[in-house]
Amino acid sequence: MNLTIAGITARGLFGRRRFLLLFPLPVLLLVLTLAAKGAGVAPDHWAPSVIDGMGFAVMVPVIALIVGTGVLGSEIDDGTVVHILAKPLPRHQIIVAKLVVAAGITAVTSAVPMFIVGVLVDSVRFGVALAVACLVAALGYSGVFLAMSLLTRRPVLVGLLYVLIWEALLGNVLTGTRVLSIHQYALTVTHAIAPNDLIKAHVGLPAAIAMTGVFLVGGALLAIDRLRSFSVAGETS
Amino acid sequence: MKTVELTNVSRWYGNVVAINNVTMTLGSGVTGLLGPNGAGKTTLLHMMSGFLAPSQGELLIGGEPAWRNPGIYRHLGLVSEREAVHGFLTAWEFVLASAKLHKLPQPEQAARRAIELVEMTDAQSRRIETFSKGMRQRTRVAAALVHDPEILLLDEPFNGMDPRQRLHMMELLHQMGSSGRTVLFSSHILEEVEEVSGTVQVIVAGRLAASGDYRTIRRLMTHRPHVFAIRSTDDRRLAVALMHEESVNGLDLDQGGLTVRAGDYGAFTRALPKIALREGLRVRQLIPSDESLESVFAYLITA
Repeated sequence: MNLTIAGITARGLFGRRRFLLLFPLPVLLLVLTLAAKGAGVAPDHWAPSVIDGMGFAVMVPVIALIVGTGVLGSEIDDGTVVHILAKPLPRHQIIVAKLVVAAGITAVTSAVPMFIVGVLVDSVRFGVALAVACLVAALGYSGVFLAMSLLTRRPVLVGLLYVLIWEALLGNVLTGTRVLSIHQYALTVTHAIAPNDLIKAHVGLPAAIAMTGVFLVGGALLAIDRLRSFSVAGETS
Repeated sequence: MKTVELTNVSRWYGNVVAINNVTMTLGSGVTGLLGPNGAGKTTLLHMMSGFLAPSQGELLIGGEPAWRNPGIYRHLGLVSEREAVHGFLTAWEFVLASAKLHKLPQPEQAARRAIELVEMTDAQSRRIETFSKGMRQRTRVAAALVHDPEILLLDEPFNGMDPRQRLHMMELLHQMGSSGRTVLFSSHILEEVEEVSGTVQVIVAGRLAASGDYRTIRRLMTHRPHVFAIRSTDDRRLAVALMHEESVNGLDLDQGGLTVRAGDYGAFTRALPKIALREGLRVRQLIPSDESLESVFAYLITA
């Protein structure tokens, strides 16, 4: 991995105001958990909604979307990507560095609050399961959203459509769509590590792991290919 | 010496032709890329720097295709028109990062040399977002020069620089050109091009309108009379004598002296000393007054 690119990417991400958008959802998740726990309500009444409905369905994909489209998309938008591309670097080095930063920041930002929620709800094992599931989801989402920032000029919009329409809406109506849902892979991983009644899995573990790999590697390969053909917008002055 | 070679290169966007069948070879020395706004200069530079695929034709940098070939950046330095830089980095960090991305054996030393070259040593510890436009531009030039490239492409490099910085940048380009490097810079300010380079590539409406030394280009424009400003010991007598000369198309006489329009540059400049000698006149001043780049450029874009 190219550490120079990873360093610039991470500093660029932390230096933008957009980074502040990462924190409200984890804070909200923790506040809801503490409030429910403090009120003495049994976890099976609220934990599925908080962990699945809020954590995996909203928090993880939104954080991944902000970070995944930010690591390269922001540089494309402001033109700074040219400084990195005008170097004799194989394009896969650039994409791998961006991917590691995106997946790493997404995983840490989402896994830490989810681990705390898991411990508060059930046990340390459940917390670890949620954290590992966040890591898996972070890898899958980062591959997809990084590729989207090179495939479309509106990666955030397309990413939101995937999360809201495909995963949230169609995933509840058409069960077949769950095979292509990173959200479902996270639930499967959680259930495999800490089986309980709070989280239900709809996809087999081998399929979930394999498909996460497909999203990650496929997204990376697509991004590498698009970056090789990166064109500067056609001003003709 | 690394060259930039374009063979029948065209680029179009839908129905709009931005670059139309351009063939040129750039060798060592400084070349100015000239053209009115919208002529296609930036499109051409984007293609040369590997950031745009030609729709047709072949574009080689040091013998290698520019498109989809990051290897060209080992020999190529690029200063693009867009000013965007990573503003959260200091100038030192920015140039050092460039040196590291080029995988130079001694990146710190290379970064130090490049920063000294653009006279940014005193400000190197400041974040780039605090810089003026000219300082940013010099920092970008330092990053482009950090690997000592054999080919340097600059899009409007003097933008935002004050006169002293501009002079320094011109000297730098001169030095690079005279040390055998291939330097191409675009500019819409004719005086800049005239100062830095005699050799120009003129793009008009996507086509290569002229190429070479602009004084030579002017002399080849035989359909346009050459204008000379002449002062002599007796301008009126000289005017009468010149009217008999076949190469003279017309002349004006006023208090400032004679303005002669000659159809044939060579014939007129050979005839003038003989006429002056025959008439017993002394020519005190003979200035080709439309050989400036501005005149050549004006003739080309109105042709």
